[in-house]
Amino acid sequence: MSNNQERINNPHSIRHDHLIIKSMISPNARVLDIGCGDGALLELLRQEKNIDGRGIEINQKNVNHAVAKGLSVIQGDADRDLVNYPDKSFDYAVLSLTIQATKNPKLVLEQLLRIADYAIVSFPNFGHWKIRWQILAFGRMPVTDKLPEQWYDTPNIHFCTVKDFATLCKNINTKVEEAISINGYGKELSDDIPLFMHNLLGRESVFLLSKKK
Amino acid sequence: MTSHPKNRDQTNGQSDEKVLQKDTSTDLDGEETSSSVATTRHANTKSETKTFENKELKLESGATLSPFTIAYESYGTLNADKSNAILVCHALTGDQYAASKHPVTGKEGWWEILVGPGKPIDTDKYFVLCPNVIGGCMGSTGPASINPKTGKIYGLDFPMITIGDMVKAQVHLIDSLGINQLFSVIGGSMGGMQVLQWASKYSERVFSAIPIATAARHSSQNIAFHEVGRQAVMADPEWKSGRYLEEKTNPRKGLAVARMAAHITYLSDEALHSKFGRNLQEREKVTFGFDADFQVESYLRHQGFRFVDRFDANSYLYITRAMDYFDLFAEHDGILAGAFKNTKTRFCVVSFTSDWLFPTRESRQIVHALTANAANVSFVDIESEKGHDAFLLNEPEMISAIKGFISAGAKQKGLSASANKKGLS
Repeated sequence: MSNNQERINNPHSIRHDHLIIKSMISPNARVLDIGCGDGALLELLRQEKNIDGRGIEINQKNVNHAVAKGLSVIQGDADRDLVNYPDKSFDYAVLSLTIQATKNPKLVLEQLLRIADYAIVSFPNFGHWKIRWQILAFGRMPVTDKLPEQWYDTPNIHFCTVKDFATLCKNINTKVEEAISINGYGKELSDDIPLFMHNLLGRESVFLLSKKK
Repeated sequence: MTSHPKNRDQTNGQSDEKVLQKDTSTDLDGEETSSSVATTRHANTKSETKTFENKELKLESGATLSPFTIAYESYGTLNADKSNAILVCHALTGDQYAASKHPVTGKEGWWEILVGPGKPIDTDKYFVLCPNVIGGCMGSTGPASINPKTGKIYGLDFPMITIGDMVKAQVHLIDSLGINQLFSVIGGSMGGMQVLQWASKYSERVFSAIPIATAARHSSQNIAFHEVGRQAVMADPEWKSGRYLEEKTNPRKGLAVARMAAHITYLSDEALHSKFGRNLQEREKVTFGFDADFQVESYLRHQGFRFVDRFDANSYLYITRAMDYFDLFAEHDGILAGAFKNTKTRFCVVSFTSDWLFPTRESRQIVHALTANAANVSFVDIESEKGHDAFLLNEPEMISAIKGFISAGAKQKGLSASANKKGLS
């Protein structure tokens, strides 16, 4: 798959879920990146897809970095500020590795699909076998290189599994257009593989969603 | 106190060359007006002091200013397609000397951290205009100017002006220079109000807007502080109901008190504490009197009395009033988003964490109104303990954000580094 090839070409500089997100976005699109960090994804999409991008980021230092790079980013909070955007003002609303840190993931997801035609959500999969194993073997909340914080100081308050997320999408009448997971070795699991395998082997998953007509 | 370009030329003491140009332009109401531009070129600075005169300015109050003059400084060169102009709007007690030496105080420009060669507002690349507002006292028509109807100084006969009027006058100015769209409009505090007014009323003429430490309406608390300042001026017996220039008096004390009260609002508790604490002024212990025992008192007195040398008391009354009247919410039935309907302008909103005069939440209101229009907006809240004044100071994160925003805009607009090779000189 072409994403894998790109990942091999850029082994360190670009986050893998960003490359997958990029593959889902069409050129010249209007993109809102919620929880955009210092703007790495927006910059990638601006350079390679010529998008008209905007970002929201909660951490002020990150916002300042992004604006200094010439990106249109505001300091704000996904839980609080998405209501301000008009309906269908973007082609894509992206939430990359952020949904687990929101107070109300369901409401945020509904907002994404109100603001944009498509929502792209990437999240760490709590159903990954390594995490299951940590709880089973040690009886403690998992700490991994991707999720290094202890339970008491993590900003991630709403973890879910691939299965949980798919269930939520179903409950809010949302269509999963595409789902790609990344396994522990950085290999991609595509749509052809059944969902329970994503849930077991995927370290991170990326979902492309649209509202059911 | 009157200060006109003539006076300034003398204080500059350099060999100046004056150029008078006549040209014709179309005013806001579509009528042809004749305007003249008097240019004063300073031999050894890169700025130009100019005045622009126009037949009349119809004011929001219904009154008309006829004629009116805008004194302004310009830096850099306007490119051939007139696409590289940046308008810098000054604050309440600011003036046109953003990046050139002040003729009265001899101090360097008030925004040299941002404006100059190689700075974020790069005068090697952009044509930067900084006009003195209508109602001001540094050469633009204001209460210290002569009323052509009576041949006397206006004083309180000067009509009430608004932020909208200040901006309307600036529109005449850029019309006269043949500039269709400003590459950027930038300003802090009252300058930020002008930026918002430009972006709201003349959005198609503003490619990008940078409102800093400002609000879309003046708060009740701020109106209250302004009222204290105005009452201080008017309580000074030397104010003489506004006719002090003819009476040869000067309400220095009243204006100084107004400035002292206002100056506190420009700082913060933290900033005052770290700068002065309870330190005593050149003494070992308190004197049990009303002398300036504390450093902070001495500092404020100094600020107050330094200010009166360069500012006109009536201008202070008029301009504070203009700020009080500013309310973009009310102009759009209470919904600020209406002020920026379908705007194509790129925005960079800047606030400071310790600014309690124009707190971050008021900038956030502007941001919300812009996002409600799906506008292209950046918003940085800069962590600083310097209070409202931070926008005038060396705040590295503010500077890098503005630099990034402006260069991204230049790229989008296709302004190249050598944009000013040819053009107006």
